[in-house]
Amino acid sequence: MFQTVALSGSRGERLLFSDVSVTVKPGTLLAVLGANGSGKTSFLRMLCGLLSPDGGAILWQGKDIRQLKELYTAQLTYIGHLNGIKDELTPVENLTVSACLAGDESSGGIVQKALEAVGLEQSVHRLPTRVLSQGQKRRVALARLWLSTRPLWLLDEPFASLDAVATSYLTQRLQSHLNNGGMVVVATHQEIALPTDSIQHLRLAR
Amino acid sequence: MSQPSMSEALRGVVRRDLLLAMRRRSDVAMSVFFVVIVASLFPLGVGPEPAVLRMIASGVLWVTALLACLLSLGRLFTADYLDGVLEQTLLIPQPLAVLVVGKVFAHWVISGLPVVLLSPLLGLQFGLSGDSLGVLTLSLLLGTPTLSMIGAIGAALTLGLRGSGLLVALLVLPLFVPVLIFGAGAVTSSLAGIGSEANLSLLGACFLLSLAFAPWATAVALRIALE
Repeated sequence: MFQTVALSGSRGERLLFSDVSVTVKPGTLLAVLGANGSGKTSFLRMLCGLLSPDGGAILWQGKDIRQLKELYTAQLTYIGHLNGIKDELTPVENLTVSACLAGDESSGGIVQKALEAVGLEQSVHRLPTRVLSQGQKRRVALARLWLSTRPLWLLDEPFASLDAVATSYLTQRLQSHLNNGGMVVVATHQEIALPTDSIQHLRLAR
Repeated sequence: MSQPSMSEALRGVVRRDLLLAMRRRSDVAMSVFFVVIVASLFPLGVGPEPAVLRMIASGVLWVTALLACLLSLGRLFTADYLDGVLEQTLLIPQPLAVLVVGKVFAHWVISGLPVVLLSPLLGLQFGLSGDSLGVLTLSLLLGTPTLSMIGAIGAALTLGLRGSGLLVALLVLPLFVPVLIFGAGAVTSSLAGIGSEANLSLLGACFLLSLAFAPWATAVALRIALE
């Protein structure tokens, strides 16, 4: 179980949110909503441990993530606003390297299967990522979710730049992760086509 | 669910950075050409007098190596910072200082090792003898990783700042001074026939000291830069 307790955060002098307490249980998705600049990305980066909160705590299985450190990061997959892929490498190389660094399986054609699952044809698997469109680059980044076996996924605007087909693939993947008892926190502007009983909403107001 | 071991994560970071260097060969070539051109300009400018060239050899070659390292520091973290790979690196479930060691090692292989390998050839231009060439190579082999380690702290501290190139130089050049003194001093001592062991030992000590503190300091600076 994943919890935030009275979490507050600011950027510079500006308070973004305060006293945010939510609990994400296995099999549920937390959709973080809010206008541009409301602090969705900062909230997600705090949940990763990349940003320090001004107050409150983030708990993983009842323990503060600041104490758990690497034990906590081993439980999460984060896909941020930036894709976290290298333009000079091919999609296969990008995914193989990131899977290796995350400790995920990357052998035996698993990487190619992940790229196909996100709708990238084989013809682009060996091209430098720099020649791909924004949508294709986003798909390469999201293909990491098909390799990830970690229980907690933190996704910042995962549907940005995706077409309807890719959105549907991603929604199916989220559903299967939730069915397996996973937890997802998504910062998004979009409605997510998942059963309503598995979604809870958190609206951050400016 | 699995977790990479420390050595797997370290190898992964090194492999990725070396693979990227293979794809950006011009960056690697630039460091090498810089060293060759700068070191070759001095004999042309100073004149062909062998005694003068031998006297200035160690200083010129060490300052050239130092500037080549400085030139390449901008590439150490900036690209990773801009494309989001640095964020992902911070979330690898291993101590960040260990991953920094991997990045610095790859940086040294790309920018420092070519200088070390070229140094006997460059030393010949200055009329250095066999023994002195050996000491020059050994001193650069011990000193250039230290330059990369110290440089990484500056590169991390100035990450995302405007005009970071100049700021890195201002931050790290004073810290490079001991390495420069001991490195150049080793070659000068060898030329004077008084033995270079003391200077080489001090270079080794600088390397060990930087290995102990620089990755940790760099990791802290990277976390601050990403906040």
